[in-house]
Amino acid sequence: MAVALNANVSSTPAEATRDGFGKGLVELAEKNPRVVALSGDLNDSTRVDWLREKFPEKFVQAGIAEQNMVGMAAGLSLSGRVPFAATFGPFMLRAADHIRVSIAFSNLNVKLAATHCGLTTGEDGGNAQVLEDLAFFRALPNFTVIAPCDSLEAKKATIAAGEAAGPHYLRLGREKTPTITSEETPFKIGRAEIFRDGGDVAIIACGIMVGEALKAAESLARERKIEAEVINLHTIKPIDEKAIVAAARKCGCVVTAEEHQVHAGMGSAVAEVLGEKMPVPLRMVGVRDKFGTSGKGMELLKAYGLTAEKIAQAAEEVVKLKK
Amino acid sequence: MQKSAAADAAAIPGIASPSRNSAIPAQARPADAAAISKIANQLRISSIRMTTAANSGHPGGSLSSADAFATLYFGGVLAHDPANPSWEGRDRFILSNGHICPVWYSALGKAGYFPESELATFRQLGSRLQGHPQKGTLPSIEVSTGSLGQGFCVAAGLALGLKMDGKASKVFVSLGDGEVEEGCVWEAAMASSHYKLENLIAFVDRNGLQQNGPTEKVMGIEPLADKWRAFGWNAIEADGHDARQILGAFNRAKTAAGGRPTVIIFKTVMGKGVPFMENDHQWHGKALPKEKAEEAVRILEKGA
Ligand SMILES: Cc1ncc(C[n+]2csc(CCOP(=O)(O)OP(=O)(O)O)c2C)c(N)n1
Ligand SMILES: [Mg+2]
Repeated sequence: MAVALNANVSSTPAEATRDGFGKGLVELAEKNPRVVALSGDLNDSTRVDWLREKFPEKFVQAGIAEQNMVGMAAGLSLSGRVPFAATFGPFMLRAADHIRVSIAFSNLNVKLAATHCGLTTGEDGGNAQVLEDLAFFRALPNFTVIAPCDSLEAKKATIAAGEAAGPHYLRLGREKTPTITSEETPFKIGRAEIFRDGGDVAIIACGIMVGEALKAAESLARERKIEAEVINLHTIKPIDEKAIVAAARKCGCVVTAEEHQVHAGMGSAVAEVLGEKMPVPLRMVGVRDKFGTSGKGMELLKAYGLTAEKIAQAAEEVVKLKK
Repeated sequence: MQKSAAADAAAIPGIASPSRNSAIPAQARPADAAAISKIANQLRISSIRMTTAANSGHPGGSLSSADAFATLYFGGVLAHDPANPSWEGRDRFILSNGHICPVWYSALGKAGYFPESELATFRQLGSRLQGHPQKGTLPSIEVSTGSLGQGFCVAAGLALGLKMDGKASKVFVSLGDGEVEEGCVWEAAMASSHYKLENLIAFVDRNGLQQNGPTEKVMGIEPLADKWRAFGWNAIEADGHDARQILGAFNRAKTAAGGRPTVIIFKTVMGKGVPFMENDHQWHGKALPKEKAEEAVRILEKGA
């Protein structure tokens, strides 16, 4: 059964998921005196500044040195702190080996917040639009990987990550998008939520593509008499196999949608589950083996086919493949 | 462009006669110091227009680096040929601080690598002028940059390769002062002196500021020249807004010998030339609003 969402989306101000992260970080720090945050000369853009302004003593400026930032975060966790290290998603990968060995292999309680992920980073161009981070993080043992669908969910995810043990990766964005969830919408790490009931096709999405999936479902119902179930798979690892298998069994076909390469991203994670447990026809919406480019965020989603229309088109196609 | 093959041969130990494989192309007469300063202001105006039109981008460091770019491209420092961008004998240039590409694109446009009218498309969907330099978009982008520190490592490798081949070409690489906080900068610095890359010339835009404020508050990098010296480099300090000093520093670097790569630390002012932008880190990565940009252009035009 679908969970409660925000009934007043149009009157709720649009916010970026990085904003929700900033709010969650401050709320966490108010509750837990052991929370600290690091940033690499990007405190303003990552919203770590919101914590720094309130609790300057809980902020560590790492400078433009992501490898050391991540390594120091690991060390801070050894002193019993709960460190959040924040930078832009592309530059988090600079520290990939440190993340793998110092954090994942050692299973330390470090939280990594990657803002500016995906095409919607916009004008900065291809180097700044990371579309490969999920591939790395979801392959790392011990890591929990979360891509929240809106600012409010990002806030809940930040708090939940701070309260849970072990390494967590938060995939966040720069662009303001509608807040589709409400305070009442449940959020639990590792549990996918049904955002819309339907029986003809399951659309599984994460990040800001959840909003597009909901729009696609409305147009499918209106124009094609196709009832789509929409699932918010905010936690990519550990993946909610049960929810995916149940949706595939019920609907008989699946579409995935993500702001990432289709190779080794969320859709691939779903495909792995389906392939082993419940093979059904699948269509993946995402970036297909291309780098990003300069442009406005929303313009780029369109140019790369990451829109409600393309999700609806994929749904129509995959429904036809059902036996 | 006054390149002496003999000087180069002396500069690269163990190599008899480094060659450029073809004649150095005839170039417009190098601009003198006064002309360079004028060109620098034109590059500033262009950088302001580009970022304001894109409503994003990095004007602050573009303005602080303008004199160095004007000298490099128009003062006869860099051996290059806009009519033949992939001329094998060219000196190589890498913008490791890729975010200040407005000033570089402006210099490339002015030098004739592409129509200057294209500058207006900066950061727009479909433009060749990407938000950070991307190889394959414009001629003379040797490698994609934008992730700080990486371009410098590539410059070291390119200098090593050219040296192995006995080529006389120099490799110039531009760095930001915040950028040198990256660990890989020092890994490459170590490797460059280890491999005696006299053909590598780095220049650092020491504007004292980075995205979150003064470098010495964010992550102290001083004593900067001594750090480079400790890593086996020649370090030259110069006023990065004085064309004569810039020319002198580049020319000294080009004739360096003794197995040491050279770094020039240009003391500069972020937002140089526009009083309301100067020394204010908010202009690191924010475009001027339209009216402010018009005002800035009016001020700069007096010096162009
Ligand atoms: C690896 C990496 N980390 C972070 C950034 C984001 N970033 C871009 S420019 C910049 C500040 C650079 O400071 P500086 O080199 O002094 O350049 P200036 O502000 O003077 O132009 C930062 C943090 C980046 N581009 N690459
Ligand atoms: Mg600087």
